Amino acid sequence: MSEINTQKFEPGTHPDMSPPVTSVGVLGWLHENLFSNVFNSILTFVGIYLVYTVFAPLIEWAFINADWVGASENRDDWSRDDCTSGGACWVFVNVRFQQFMYGFYPTEEIWRVSLSGLVLALTLAWLMLPKLPYKGYAAAFGLLIFPIIVFFLMGGGVFGLEPVETSIWGGLSLTLILALVGMVAALPLGIILALGRRSDMPIVRALCTAFIELWRGVPLITVLFMSSVMLPLFLPEGANFDKLLRALIGISLFQSAYMAEVVRSGLQAIPNGQYEAADALGLSYWKKMLFVILPQALKLVIPGIVNTFSELFKDTTLVLIIGLFDLLAMVQAAFADPKWLGFAIEGYVFTAFVFWIFCFGMSRYSMSLERKLHTGHKR
Amino acid sequence: MTDTANATSKQPIVELKNVHKWYGDFHVLKDINLDVAKSERIVICGPSGSGKSTLIRCINRLEEHQKGQIIVDGIELTNDVKNIDTIRREVGMCFQHFNLFPHLTVLENCCLAPIWVRKVPRAEAEAAAMHYLEKVKIPDQAHKYPGQLSGGQQQRVAIARSLCMNPRIMLFDEPTSALDPEMIKEVLDTMVELAETGMTMLCVTHEMGFAKTVADKVIFMDGGEVIESNNPHEFFDNPQHHRTQLFLSQILQH
Repeated sequence: MSEINTQKFEPGTHPDMSPPVTSVGVLGWLHENLFSNVFNSILTFVGIYLVYTVFAPLIEWAFINADWVGASENRDDWSRDDCTSGGACWVFVNVRFQQFMYGFYPTEEIWRVSLSGLVLALTLAWLMLPKLPYKGYAAAFGLLIFPIIVFFLMGGGVFGLEPVETSIWGGLSLTLILALVGMVAALPLGIILALGRRSDMPIVRALCTAFIELWRGVPLITVLFMSSVMLPLFLPEGANFDKLLRALIGISLFQSAYMAEVVRSGLQAIPNGQYEAADALGLSYWKKMLFVILPQALKLVIPGIVNTFSELFKDTTLVLIIGLFDLLAMVQAAFADPKWLGFAIEGYVFTAFVFWIFCFGMSRYSMSLERKLHTGHKR
Repeated sequence: MTDTANATSKQPIVELKNVHKWYGDFHVLKDINLDVAKSERIVICGPSGSGKSTLIRCINRLEEHQKGQIIVDGIELTNDVKNIDTIRREVGMCFQHFNLFPHLTVLENCCLAPIWVRKVPRAEAEAAAMHYLEKVKIPDQAHKYPGQLSGGQQQRVAIARSLCMNPRIMLFDEPTSALDPEMIKEVLDTMVELAETGMTMLCVTHEMGFAKTVADKVIFMDGGEVIESNNPHEFFDNPQHHRTQLFLSQILQH
C-alpha cells in the first residue's frame, strides 16, 4: 500500500498491470479468507481449536491406539483378546470382512461375486475416465449386458455353475446390487413420470401425478413390508417370486417417484423460449425433449439426482427388515455374535465409512460432470 | 406441376382470414385479414400489447387461433399435428431472445433440425450449416457455444439456424429488441441480405429504418386490430389513421 503509483498514461495507452501482491496467491487467499479482520482472525483460531479437539481423539482411537490384526498365525483364532491397546478393535472387522462383503455366499464360489465386482469397476472406470473412447458402447454394455452377466454369474444354474439362492446373497455386494438396480431403473422411470406429469394429456397427467403422490406418500419400510409380506398373500399358492426381486421392484418404483419430482424441477427451469425454438424448427415432441429440453434439464438437476441417488444408496439398508442381509445387516449380525459382543462402535464406524466412500465418490463424480457440461456463461 | 406452381405463385403464400384469438377472456386478435405474397416483405409495428407478436406466432402455431382461417403454403392450420409439423418445417422463426440451445455448439444448433426433422445426412447438414454461417459472417464461431458469443452474433446464428431448414417463409419476432445499438446493425444487415435473396419475410420490429428500406408493406396494429396497412412510402409520409400518426410521432421523435 505504501507504494503509490503516480505514473500517468495517455488515454487509450494504459497497459494491463498485474494485481497487487496482497490480493493474489497464498498470502492473498489467507488474508482474504482467514484474517480479513480481527473478528475473522479470532474465528479462525477458534475454528482450528475446535477441529483439533474433535479430531485428535478420533484419530487416536481409530489409528494410533487401534488393533488391526490378531497375534495368532491362524485367522480363525483371532478373538477379542487380541484387542489390548484401548483403541478401535479392527480385528473384529478384519475377521468378519468376507461376510461383510459377500454375506453368506459360499466361500468356494466367492470368486463369482468378485468377478462381477471387477467387471463393474472396469465398466465404471471406462465410463468415467474422460480420456477413454466409445462411451456409448460402455454404457450399453453396463446397462444391458452386465446385469445379465451378473444375474447368471451370481445366481448360477448355468454353465455348470452351482446355483446360489438370492436369500444367501448379502453384505456389500447385495447393497451394491440393490443400489445400482434402483438407480438404473429409477432415473429413466422418473424422467418418463416427470414428462407425464407435465403432459398436455389430462389422463396421462393424472395417472403420473397419482403414481408419484402415492409412492411419495408412503414410507419405504411400508413398501418393503408390502412387497414381502402382503404381496404373497394375493398371489396364488406357489407363485412366489424372489424376495430380492420384490425388494428391487419396490425400491425402484419408490425412488422413481422422487426422481420424477427432481427431473420435473429441472424441466420447469428451462425457459419457454427453448420449447418454442424447438417447436419452430419442427422437432417432434420426443425429439424436442431428447435433444433440447432433457439434456439441459438433467444437467441443471445433477445435484438433485445425486441427492436422490445417495439417499437411495443408504435407504437400501432398510431391506434388513424383510430379511435380506445387506452390509449393515451383516455387521449387526456380526457384533451380536457372543464372541464379539461389545464391538458395535467399530461395526457402525466401518459401515459408515464404506457408505461414505461410495456417496463421496458419487458426489465428486457429479461435480466433475457438472464442470464438463458447463458450456459458457449463463445469460 | 408447372400449372400448380404458376397458380400458387399468384396465390398468397400466407393467408389469414377473419382470425380471432383470445387469451382467456382477453380478445388479443380481432378479425385479422392478411395476405402475404411470395417474396413479399412485411413489417408489423405497433405499441406493446397490440398483438403483433401473437399474430406472427399464430402463423407457425406457437399460438393457437380460435376463430378464422390461417393458410400457410396451401395448408390450413388446424389441430392436425401433421399439418402443423409440415408448416413448421417450411416456416423459420427468429426470436427476441435468440433462443439458441445453450448446450450445443453453434454448428450443432444449426444441424439439429435438418438431421432429425429433414433426415439430411450429417455431413451434408454440416456443409449446409457452414454455408449459412458464412452467409451471416460467423463461420469462425462454429465450434463455440452460444454462451460465448455476443448478442448480435447469437441472433445471426439463430437466423442461420432457421435458414438451414430451407424455409420458404421467415418470421422475425422483434429480432433486435434485446441488442445493443452496435449489434443491431449487424443483424439488420443480415436481414437485408436475406430480403435481397427473395425470402418471404414477416418482421415484427421497431426498426423504422429497416421498414423504410426493405418492406413492401408496413402494417400498424393496435388493440388487436390492424389499424393501417400500406406501402412504406405512404405509411411514413402520409399516415391515414390518427392512431398511426400518434405512434409514428412518438417513435420518430428521437
